[in-house]
Amino acid sequence: MLARLKTRLGARVLETHAHRGDHTGVLTRDAIVEALVYCRDEPDLRFDLLADLTAVDYLRYPGREDGPRFDVVYHLYSIPHRHRLRLRVPVEQDDPVVPTATALWPIANWLEREVWDMFGIRFEGHPDLRRLLLYEEFEGHPLRKDYAVARRQPLIGPKV
Amino acid sequence: MADRTTAELFLGEGPGAGGGSQHLFVNMGPAHPAMHGIIRIFAELDGETVVKTDVEIGYLHRAFEKECEVGHYNNAIPYTDRLNYVSPLINNFGYASAVEKLLGIDVTDRCKYIRVIMSEISRICDHLTCVGASAMELGAFTVFLYMIKAREFLWELVEEVTGARLTISYGRVGGVKADLPAGFDLKVKKAFGEVRQLLEEVHTLVTANRIFMDRMVGVGALSAAETVAWGITGPLLRAAGVNYDLRKAQPYWAYDRMQFEVPLGKNGDNFDRFLVRMAEMEQSMRIAEQGLEGLPGGSIQVDWEGKAIDPAAYVDRGKQGKTEGLLLLPIQLSPNLQGQGRDAQRRVNAADKRVVMPPKETTYGSIEGLMNHFMLVMDGYGIRPPAGEAYVPVEGANGELGFYVVSDGTERPYRVRCRPPCLPPVAALPRMIEGQMIADIIPTFGSVNMIGGELDR
Repeated sequence: MLARLKTRLGARVLETHAHRGDHTGVLTRDAIVEALVYCRDEPDLRFDLLADLTAVDYLRYPGREDGPRFDVVYHLYSIPHRHRLRLRVPVEQDDPVVPTATALWPIANWLEREVWDMFGIRFEGHPDLRRLLLYEEFEGHPLRKDYAVARRQPLIGPKV
Repeated sequence: MADRTTAELFLGEGPGAGGGSQHLFVNMGPAHPAMHGIIRIFAELDGETVVKTDVEIGYLHRAFEKECEVGHYNNAIPYTDRLNYVSPLINNFGYASAVEKLLGIDVTDRCKYIRVIMSEISRICDHLTCVGASAMELGAFTVFLYMIKAREFLWELVEEVTGARLTISYGRVGGVKADLPAGFDLKVKKAFGEVRQLLEEVHTLVTANRIFMDRMVGVGALSAAETVAWGITGPLLRAAGVNYDLRKAQPYWAYDRMQFEVPLGKNGDNFDRFLVRMAEMEQSMRIAEQGLEGLPGGSIQVDWEGKAIDPAAYVDRGKQGKTEGLLLLPIQLSPNLQGQGRDAQRRVNAADKRVVMPPKETTYGSIEGLMNHFMLVMDGYGIRPPAGEAYVPVEGANGELGFYVVSDGTERPYRVRCRPPCLPPVAALPRMIEGQMIADIIPTFGSVNMIGGELDR
């Protein structure tokens, strides 16, 4: 699976591993949509279910202090073939943008909204990138590691 | 809209009325008597037909994922109780399994069976609540009362095992909190008998009922392909005829040793979802019964042979240095520590000192046990999985419940992500209800079984 992804995408696959049996591919940002289409449509891969889309902030992760700050993580599952795949896309702090997957799976719409809400990573081409769980007046993105757990938000009232 | 008067807007009278036909905007929720759970559906109506909706969630957001990063690994267990609060046991075990995968440890066979049995009991509770509540919203209040009565029998079982009804915190990384109580299989048998009878009654009440069928058949339907594209799993996906059940597709714990069927629907409408849930309850009971039958070690008949001593006396003996034979003595456990004695712990917990708390006898009776205990609870120590990431999906009552845990090698999880099974169907709710009548929102929303705690985290 990972080998095929490598042949297809070449150097745009940065790294692969199968830690604890989870097949994982780390891709560059410009390869992700192509990889997702490939994984979804190739007959013997057929990853038809976008199980999850989330992100991780590696700001304080040992060994990644200087690397790209975020990883956007896609978990795919294939109902016909019963296999799983995880794809990760590193994103720099200065340019937190990833192309959207809404055209491939409608559920990506809400999942990407949640990632924008929690991490402040934008999805290019997303039709409606609003916050999902929090409210528009919320300041900051709470799942970022530099957002203190105890931080308070200003009170908001109804608009006059 | 703001420049029109009420008469123009609602009655279609006056110059700004636009020919007497006007789309009407209606808020359902966040607090609405027919919405169990806090969610806002902002609907644009043409007469009674829903033209467009916007679903707004997040009213119950409690920063679950952020709070998990603050405490130790086991400290997140109580938070997971509050995800899907109707079947909290599944969340507990799912999270624990994800951390176990990260650690690379395996739990004991008995623990796997206990997890299966308790998960299935929870699944029945969840389905009972969902079917009961959505039937009540269609006017079948009797069904709701019957279902809640049935759930009560099951919650008594849960209380028997965990000590609580809702916020149970029963799962642990590396095992479960306590062993099953003595005679549990008989109690399950009795409770299942009652539940089966009540389900039979519910079937006769609603399954062929004209009013119920009219509201459910063909309403809120999604095709199989669309259900998959929306990432929907669980009963809703199976109601559309797609055979995907994690317990069969990628068996975990002891599900590969259980005989059961996966009930499938055909049309993917509310009625099929109802039928799938009803059939799944019977299958869950089958699994739990098989689990109890094949439980390694059998039903426990605790035998302390009258030798148990008081914990305080036990500690005193240890302090005085009278430690000879002390480790062999069982201590009297207070009722809230039922099933947590040394022998019970060995049966249900992985034999891994880096992960599992030593039994109380060992903690009180030996310096090694005491050190082991502190090594697991002190700041800077505790369970420390090697750096890495793991995703573990389990079949929750609403579908695939996934936990994605990232470790940086310290005692606190670096990142915990819960893949909530009821988020995709709520995201697809506009797709299900647009073009239908406003009254159809109610059964469709009921069949989605939105659970605020899990949806908003």
